[in-house]
Amino acid sequence: MFQPYTWNHVFFMLGGLGTTIWLAAIALVGGSIAGSILALVRVAHNPLLRNAARLYIFVVQGTPLLVTLFIAYFGARWIGIDVAPVVAIAVAFSFYAAAFLGEIWRGAIESVPHGQREGSHALGLSYADAMRFIIVPQAIRIATPPTVGFFVQLIKNTSLASVVGIVELTRTSQIVSNATFKPLDVYLTAATFYFVVCFPLTLLSRYLERRLGTQTK
Amino acid sequence: MTEMMIEAAGLNKYFSDFHVLRNIDLQVKSGERVVLCGPSGSGKSTLIRCLNGLELHQGGKLAVCGIALTNTRRSIDLVRRRTGMVFQNFNLFPHMTAVENCMIAPMRVRGLTREEARAVAETYLRRVHVEDQINKYPAQLSGGQQQRVAIARALAMSPDVMLFDEPTSALDPEMVGEVLDTMTEIASEGTTMICVTHEMGFARKIADRVVFMDAGAIVETAPPEEFFTQSRTPRAREFLSWVMH
Ligand SMILES: Nc1ncnc2c1ncn2[C@@H]1O[C@H](COP(=O)(O)OP(=O)(O)OP(=O)(O)O)[C@@H](O)[C@H]1O
Ligand SMILES: [Mg+2]
Repeated sequence: MFQPYTWNHVFFMLGGLGTTIWLAAIALVGGSIAGSILALVRVAHNPLLRNAARLYIFVVQGTPLLVTLFIAYFGARWIGIDVAPVVAIAVAFSFYAAAFLGEIWRGAIESVPHGQREGSHALGLSYADAMRFIIVPQAIRIATPPTVGFFVQLIKNTSLASVVGIVELTRTSQIVSNATFKPLDVYLTAATFYFVVCFPLTLLSRYLERRLGTQTK
Repeated sequence: MTEMMIEAAGLNKYFSDFHVLRNIDLQVKSGERVVLCGPSGSGKSTLIRCLNGLELHQGGKLAVCGIALTNTRRSIDLVRRRTGMVFQNFNLFPHMTAVENCMIAPMRVRGLTREEARAVAETYLRRVHVEDQINKYPAQLSGGQQQRVAIARALAMSPDVMLFDEPTSALDPEMVGEVLDTMTEIASEGTTMICVTHEMGFARKIADRVVFMDAGAIVETAPPEEFFTQSRTPRAREFLSWVMH
């Protein structure tokens, strides 16, 4: 009545892992683009833009990710956009990532010492040039470890997509578990998959933290 | 005709309701070297930072290099192209080598090519005697070397006026001399300089005029010899007895 737990199941779950990585990658790319715009707007002079960005971050950070996913999933249909659920969910993850990356990067930009701006301005560099050549390159160093850390969280959070029926790693595990009735074996396999993807990133984050820490005196 | 490089008349500035600069009148001619001194908190930094728009003034008239500084973006940009500033904490860009620090503004502001900017940067780095260190990052240089790179970086824009805000106060004592020597050389080349410093020996050697500030106002202006030997105001005498030790 139950199937035996076989390599076929593991390969099926590997497929789910592919979707997980795909979701996380879309969220990272989309979130990075929107997040960098948010970060720059957050430190801009224009108070209207600045507050709009703040409101966005406030709302998205204050909403449970699962609720955001439900809104994206049902909202896309409701407003009549005919997209695959997985696309709507990838977009929702991007919006979510943008809010967090935007804040991480704003913090990094603001933690570059003020003297760097004054040094740039005293030389006659424009605001845009000071950002591009002086402030942002230094902010990137500061932001790299927390950004990698957030990416690890993001990969793990994609498991929430299983709730709205996206067949990613956690969802494939549920399916296999139901079919084989070997939940412990199945979820240990899933945990191993998550670990294999996330652990190198954690190591990378630690390495970057150490390396960047020694560079700035 | 000697050109006026700085013309401040009745300059006032407030930090919210704190009156930092009170009716400042200051005129500096082309080629003149002015030392600005006074007790801590008297407004020296604020004044010198008003001269290139790092601080905005709220009342009075200010013209720098013949450009009326009106707190508009455009006038500030124009003034910054013609003034150079050296800070107490150097403010070098830590992610760039010494030579790159000196190339960025010539390339981005004056539109020089990378090769032209490098040639300019090397010229000024040689002038401040750090030609052996040009490919090092700021963290790999001593404080004195960093400050000399910062001076070269400002000079690389060929400014008409050089502003110094306590350029030696953050240095270890044994490095003060090398930076003052460099500044003395620059002074001897006829550069217009306004320098906030407590190095009275240096002031004596290079200054045409010493301007003494107290509580946001210019209290006394005199040639260095006169200022040191027969200052008129009690506040200046008190200040001198304090810095001379
Ligand atoms: N951004 C600011 N906001 C509020 N007050 C300020 C600000 N900058 C300076 N002040 C105040 O203005 C006064 C003048 O400061 P300023 O830095 O110009 O003094 P200074 O003469 O350069 O002193 P020092 O010798 O310590 O460098 C001080 O009382 C200072 O506390
Ligand atoms: Mg000061």
